[in-house]
Amino acid sequence: MSDVVEKTLTALPSLLSLDSQPGSAKLSSSSKLGALIRGITELTSKHEEEKLVQHELASLKDQVSSPNISMRQMKEAMVRAIYCEMLGYEASFSYIHAIKLAQQGSILDKRVGYLAVCLFLNENHELLLLLVNTVLKDLQSTNLIEVCMALTVVSQMFPKDMIPAILPLVEEKLNHSKEIIRRKAVLALYKFYLIAPNQVQHIHNKFRKALCDKDPGVMFASLHIYLQMIKDNPEGYKDLTASFVTILKQVVSGKLPMDFNYHSVPAPWLQIQLLRILSILGKNDQMSSEIMYDVLDESLKRAEINHNITYAILYECVKCIYTIYPNSDLLEKAAKCIGNFVISSKINLKYLGLKALTFVIQQDPKLALQHQMTIIECLDHPDIIIKRETLELLFRITNAQNVTVIVEKMLEFLHQSKDDHSTIDLVGKVAEIAEKYAPENKWFIETMNTVFSLGGDMIQPDIPNSFLKLLSEGFDSEEENQKLRLFAVDSYISLLEGEIKKLPQRFLQVISWVLGEYSHLRTDLDSARVITLLAKLLDMKQMSGETKTWVLMAMTKLCSGESSISIAQSVCDDYSSSMDTVLRQRAHELQLLSQDSALRGQLLTLHSGSEPLEVDSSLSFLDAFVSEALAAGAAPYKPPHQRQEELAQEKALSLEPYELSLPINMSSSSLTGRQSPTLMSVSSGLSGDSTELSLKGNTTILKLEGVKRVWGKEGYLSRKDPLEEVIQVENPSSPSQPTGTGGTPSDTPTPSATPEPEHGKQQLASSLFIGLGSQTSVFLMGKSDPTAQRIRRKVKTPNSSMAVTERGSVSSTSSAVDNLLCNNIPESANMVQEVTYETPPPYKTELDARLNEDLIDSTPSPVQSNGVETTSDKTESEITDKPRDECSSISLPAKLSGLPHSEVTSLCSNQTVELSACHVEKHDYVLLVIFISNSSDSDMENIHLQVISEQLEVSLLCESPLQDIAKHSMAVCQYLLNVRRPVVHFEVVGMLSYQTSSENQEVEFSYKLPLTSFVRPLEVSTEQYGTMWLAFSNDTKQNLALVTDGQDPLTDTLDLLKKKLGLHVVEIIGVEGIVACRLVQDQPCLLHCRVHGRTLAVWLRSPIPELPDCLLYHCQRVLEET
Amino acid sequence: MRFLLLFSRQGKLRLQKWYTPLTEREKKKIIRDMTTMVLARQPRSCNFLHWKDLKIIYKRYASLYFCLGVESQENELLALEVIHRYVELLDKYFGNVCELDIIFNFEKAYFILDEFLMGGEVQETSKQTINRCIENSDMLQETMEEYMSKPAF
Repeated sequence: MSDVVEKTLTALPSLLSLDSQPGSAKLSSSSKLGALIRGITELTSKHEEEKLVQHELASLKDQVSSPNISMRQMKEAMVRAIYCEMLGYEASFSYIHAIKLAQQGSILDKRVGYLAVCLFLNENHELLLLLVNTVLKDLQSTNLIEVCMALTVVSQMFPKDMIPAILPLVEEKLNHSKEIIRRKAVLALYKFYLIAPNQVQHIHNKFRKALCDKDPGVMFASLHIYLQMIKDNPEGYKDLTASFVTILKQVVSGKLPMDFNYHSVPAPWLQIQLLRILSILGKNDQMSSEIMYDVLDESLKRAEINHNITYAILYECVKCIYTIYPNSDLLEKAAKCIGNFVISSKINLKYLGLKALTFVIQQDPKLALQHQMTIIECLDHPDIIIKRETLELLFRITNAQNVTVIVEKMLEFLHQSKDDHSTIDLVGKVAEIAEKYAPENKWFIETMNTVFSLGGDMIQPDIPNSFLKLLSEGFDSEEENQKLRLFAVDSYISLLEGEIKKLPQRFLQVISWVLGEYSHLRTDLDSARVITLLAKLLDMKQMSGETKTWVLMAMTKLCSGESSISIAQSVCDDYSSSMDTVLRQRAHELQLLSQDSALRGQLLTLHSGSEPLEVDSSLSFLDAFVSEALAAGAAPYKPPHQRQEELAQEKALSLEPYELSLPINMSSSSLTGRQSPTLMSVSSGLSGDSTELSLKGNTTILKLEGVKRVWGKEGYLSRKDPLEEVIQVENPSSPSQPTGTGGTPSDTPTPSATPEPEHGKQQLASSLFIGLGSQTSVFLMGKSDPTAQRIRRKVKTPNSSMAVTERGSVSSTSSAVDNLLCNNIPESANMVQEVTYETPPPYKTELDARLNEDLIDSTPSPVQSNGVETTSDKTESEITDKPRDECSSISLPAKLSGLPHSEVTSLCSNQTVELSACHVEKHDYVLLVIFISNSSDSDMENIHLQVISEQLEVSLLCESPLQDIAKHSMAVCQYLLNVRRPVVHFEVVGMLSYQTSSENQEVEFSYKLPLTSFVRPLEVSTEQYGTMWLAFSNDTKQNLALVTDGQDPLTDTLDLLKKKLGLHVVEIIGVEGIVACRLVQDQPCLLHCRVHGRTLAVWLRSPIPELPDCLLYHCQRVLEET
Repeated sequence: MRFLLLFSRQGKLRLQKWYTPLTEREKKKIIRDMTTMVLARQPRSCNFLHWKDLKIIYKRYASLYFCLGVESQENELLALEVIHRYVELLDKYFGNVCELDIIFNFEKAYFILDEFLMGGEVQETSKQTINRCIENSDMLQETMEEYMSKPAF
């Protein structure tokens, strides 16, 4: 690229002094901007620059605020203001003028105005509201340039709340005759989709039209939206797979206009976008993947020009090939491709090669063996970025045999690295693999010591957390536990005796906890000595209050014997009058317990370690206290959001701008109703408050300032509390992830000697890549997210309390066969099914004709309109594919078969086992029924089934252990599902591990359920509704389509919602209707509907923040189908 | 894409474009971090960096550094080509572009960028088309200016 830009700053002075030079005319050096820039370049010191710019800003301020400035001068001034801001000086006085310029200027001034607005303000700036009308006006302009500018601004930054105001206009632009406008409109909608997916939910079929647009540019733009939507819900767009493949084929074979070429490669950006889409669609889906094989092969073949862009495409291709259902031919080619990357002399390619290798190594550990020498070289690469990427790769191939070498390399890097973010990240990884593969206690404790010292206080809080958990829960063998603890105690004592100033706070907290809990194990260690060491910590200046409380609590556990008590006493004297309330509390506890040894012995028994403690998150034990206080005339509790709302209500000025131009017109009666919150607080009374409290507790929103230290999410504070001993209850919101131990068996023996001269590297290689080839020891990280992984215990560790309840049991109802599901499609299954068919517009170009043809061909069944793949849809195709007998073997247990339930969906299968599932809607919960059918010729033993979900609480229904499954028979497991956090679609993931003919196997699966499965009617009276309405604060408003074919649109619409979603229509008064529902376990949501012209303005409220949005999504879908 | 920064070898900012909302303070921090990190890179190192959870792709063209921040799962080589195409676009418009062109006509550089990238995604890759767009508006500017018969600033 050096041919493009040759001139450098060295040429600057000469250029500036010779205005008459050709080319300098463009520099507009006679202008004021030119003068400013020149002035600045001539200066020598920062101070002078500051003076000059401040002067400039002052004169700008005068200029823009003068009443008779022309828009033209304003534009010129604005450019200078932008320049000053770019230099880092604030010119906020000009913001409002930028908006004015965009509003009032001629086209060209407007352009600068919009540019200035984009640069000055961000999405949340309040002045942006003043821009909405300008944008509205420009969107309606007949001038193309104005429309383009407006669309650009809209996609750059637009306040989320104002989207409904301009959405119809942007939508309209999808039909504009100019492709540039259509393209920009699609991109603007893409932006809307990103920031507020629900708002554009109803135009999904218009996206489909954009995908079929005759202009490839518009089609390309629509792919951004599709990639996003497919990421969110891959099942919903499987029908488009063939179309995407066709498009890619045409692009690859150069059917697009030359305009799209980039360095003679046809439309690379488009290709890459398509490859990304395909890889998501083909993931775990053999049928879809098979359609892609040809075009992927073609892409690999075509990408032969030696240019960065071809490599970019190749990289994306490789990723796709390794993501979709494997094809050995393609895999081989892809592996070769990665090989070329890794050995390339171009450093960028090498980097990408390492990245690709890291990506595929989970599936193909042999590749790491092939490139081991290159990897070793990269480990010593002078470029730190390459080094870092190599460590990432090594992290993925860590196993019990190479862990020490890899950890050593990582720590080496950590000692050099200065970048905080990568330190934190790497420290986490070291902790993770050390915990997982530690060969011995000494090594483990020492490694963790280094982790804590290097990680400092930036370390992720769950590292000390899970380290302590590991120490306290231990392994199977109690002896082993004690050894580990003893070693930790020894190691910490010697640390405390050394240089303590350098130890980070978090490490000190860990140390004090461990010493408090376990120093008694070292019988020859006097507790007074430990206490003295701890007391020394308290005297350090840089100790944080938090650490001090840890130390005090450790002392509380330890103080026995006269000398310790006397030290404790003096510490208490220091802290019992501390300003920090938590600290003071601990000091008082210490004082009390050190004096009363009987009480202390009672509270702090030595072996009460790990019984889980029930925590009443609703704080219901306080109910009596609260009602007493209320009776005595105390004001009822109001949650913070409500208090804020009340405050807002008190202000007379309406803060909701442009209300009239908004399509939504909220009913005034409810608005005024909202202003009497006192009514609510009294009438909703105690019970209402406490449910709300408990719900808040679940979503961890409840703010308890002041008490935070004890109850907050830093769970270990309460854990080490001597009065509580809540070791087990940490982190209730992050259940243990399924282990991703998808060990890929490979037949290669341990690395064979390579004829490489350097002996040292050889050695390193053999220690690094040991165990990769041999079948037994392969342990590769699963794909699940690494932070979640960290919660996992060592392999030998017994399951954490959570896992125990979840796994290892079966309901032995496998014999119950009476209701054949596939012949009996239940109501609930139909309920969620969606179909829309769009007749495509006429097409002109070849591409579109093909694409369109394809769309029709590939979808003999109606086109899935938008989004939601529901279980019933999935089964439909599956049933047709499967032989009949297989299907009929799966049936619900007798007592469930009468209830509304979804169809049985196949989850996954391999040679031995087939998993399928369905969900049953009960009154108070949803039941997930998983069928495990053993299709092999041998029995399945040691079966563990683990099912978890981020948004759902999953608990096993029957507590009997999962038995072995004899050959060709089936077992059924039932899980209770309750909503933890509402989302549009819930996903449950699980893992089944079992043994067949003494071989361990694992399969992973996931299952999706729509929110609607959890929605139940909430039968309340209008009065109750009124009270609840006022009490709830999370609301969403949106206009929906009315069902207009009947007599009474409102009743028809509400009936439809009632029928499809299971809502309860409370009352219909004139043009308004009120509707109520709840999620299974009493999470209510209220809907207020009002007919407004031809639309239905719906206002949803709920105590759960996410619920209104999610429910609205389903309402929209139901109404659109009709 | 999250942001695009252009700065000189001396670390002077020449152009900034943000595709996600950030506060002034965050922006300042990013600019400071980027200039120090990128300028400290040795020659013949790779063109990629990690910054927090983002990937930074940078490239030097004569005295100017182009620095693009993208999500970490993005394709780095492709991002590099995004930068390259932008340079080509600038070159086509200014005709053998140099840093001075961008300093004195930074608003033009922004307009070109807006035609190329929209909302953080590649919108149009054709040099011809983008150039046509910009020139159309410029033409308009010239006729307007003639009409108003005032000297250009």
